[in-house]
Amino acid sequence: MTRSALGNSAVLGKAMALLSTLLLLSVWGAAGPVWAQSPDPTPASPPTTAPAPASPSPASPSLASPPSAAPAPIEMPDLGLGPRASVEPELEPVQPLVADLSDHLIAITTAFTGTDVLLFGATDGPGDVVMVVRGPITSKVVRRKDRIGGLVWANHDSVTFEEIPSFYRVASSRPLDEFAPEIVLQRHQIGLENLTLPLADEDAEDMDPEEQQLFRDALLRLMQTEDLYGDVGVGQINHLANRLFRSQLYFPATVPVGSYNVEVYLFRNGEVAQAEITPLIIGKDGLGADIYDFAYEQSLLYGALAVIAAIMAGYLAGIAFRKS
Amino acid sequence: MQIYLPIAEMSVDVFLILGMGGVVGFLSGLFGVGGGFLMTPLLIFIGIPPAVAVGTQANQLVASSVSGVLAHMRRGNVDFKMGFVLLIGGVIGSFLGVILFAWLQALGQIDFVISLCYVVFLGVVGGLMFVESLGALIKSRRKAGPITPKLPGERHSGWIHKLPFKMRFRRSKLYISALLPGAVGFMVGVLSAIMGVGGGFVMVPAMIYLLGMPTQVVVGTSLFQIIFVTANTAFLQAAINQTVDVVLALLLLAGAVLGAPAGAKAGAKLRGEQIRILLAALVLLVCGKLVFDLVATPDELFSLGGGGG
Repeated sequence: MTRSALGNSAVLGKAMALLSTLLLLSVWGAAGPVWAQSPDPTPASPPTTAPAPASPSPASPSLASPPSAAPAPIEMPDLGLGPRASVEPELEPVQPLVADLSDHLIAITTAFTGTDVLLFGATDGPGDVVMVVRGPITSKVVRRKDRIGGLVWANHDSVTFEEIPSFYRVASSRPLDEFAPEIVLQRHQIGLENLTLPLADEDAEDMDPEEQQLFRDALLRLMQTEDLYGDVGVGQINHLANRLFRSQLYFPATVPVGSYNVEVYLFRNGEVAQAEITPLIIGKDGLGADIYDFAYEQSLLYGALAVIAAIMAGYLAGIAFRKS
Repeated sequence: MQIYLPIAEMSVDVFLILGMGGVVGFLSGLFGVGGGFLMTPLLIFIGIPPAVAVGTQANQLVASSVSGVLAHMRRGNVDFKMGFVLLIGGVIGSFLGVILFAWLQALGQIDFVISLCYVVFLGVVGGLMFVESLGALIKSRRKAGPITPKLPGERHSGWIHKLPFKMRFRRSKLYISALLPGAVGFMVGVLSAIMGVGGGFVMVPAMIYLLGMPTQVVVGTSLFQIIFVTANTAFLQAAINQTVDVVLALLLLAGAVLGAPAGAKAGAKLRGEQIRILLAALVLLVCGKLVFDLVATPDELFSLGGGGG
């Protein structure tokens, strides 16, 4: 019952996302030609002749003001654009990149098995879109097994990584190295190899860099096997007609709770033309959340109740046995 | 059908857990042990964090021991006095065990210690039981009739009788120092906390071979004190380490309730030493797997643990 209801709401959510994408598309279809006059050399946008090379907003009224002189100049085939341009000053300056998520809140309920979130948005022209998802900051311990007494394997050395993202995903329309220089990727920590994974001070002091690298590699590998980190998902962003883009973001059932950042980068000419950060909250909800809070906030009572519940369950089972 | 476990923080298949509970319930109905020594490794195998597996398992064992004791009480096979003495040792032991558990967990050695404990105790118990029941089986082939294991414990050596605090245990027909069952209880309490087991598979042989108790009161009495030891362990694990997942515990229990009567029915068709030899073989099998894991070179030398908070 609850499952089907949930399924419906998920379908509804996707429908809503689709609807809003369509809405966005229609808005772009109508307003696109006007907005597209931002200073990029797009050959596709028709009104290249209309605005002055200076800032478009103050230029437009002056263009619209002499409608009486209309018959005089010969270059007036784009007359239809005039009145529309006069409405434009009220609009905000053009954003090269807008992006949003279909959900800003993911509730982990008892039936949670992982979920998809739709990232969608638009650019004002060609460029490469990269999405980076970072989970809440956490610390992790990586331990290495060693042979003890030459026979038995047991954990020996360990390294603590502090302030690393608990979840990390990258999606891109093309392989990163085709459009973004290494230095830019490093600056924004895009891609697993560009994540700075700081060691706790006391570990960093007494370990040589090669060993540290071994542990870093192990951390990345283990986080990937736990489905918490992902390498660059090439082709996971669909960029339609250099305008609209969308990407499906999957969160597995083991996803850590907390506040996430979904970063969207627009790359042009090997530089970040614009970046947007959208927050996303993942939290426990419903019965599971109540149990979790109860267990952590009132541990004594929780323990007592768990034991009492077990005794009662055992008693009932014992009576059931006798009857059968 | 998937369900999200709030404390283990992962989602599992409901029917898988029910099935595991059922299989272990069947075995515990068959052998008269809690089955914790099987369930904890199984839970860890399907990806439940070891700490949560141990804490939750202790909670589930409370329930299964309660229903077991009810059955034994009706037959009058519970020595309450002995149970209480075992219990005093057990409560102290499980308290220390939980603290030890938290310490080992912080040190990153908990998995190793759990494995090592399993290997040592499963190996010793399984081995002893195998030899003993094999002997009994051969003997029963030669001359028919009930076999009661005659072992050194039944006639205590001199130093044991010199221990202070002597007590009379009527049901068990024993007059021995209370320190002896107290020590057995203590040891099992520590194990229960560290390994998430009721300790039946250690307790039962210890009561038969060390204390020299009659076999028919051993299982009931051991289950009686296991209720309290596992209840204490579950409570302390929940209070100190927050590792008891009630959703998981209830699912396991539901499976066990379904499996146990079938096991008991199957057990009624087998002879005592046949059951013991099967149990011994099972124990040794689990032990062998754990030894292999400890000694074989692992595929992945590195492992991940949560940070300090």
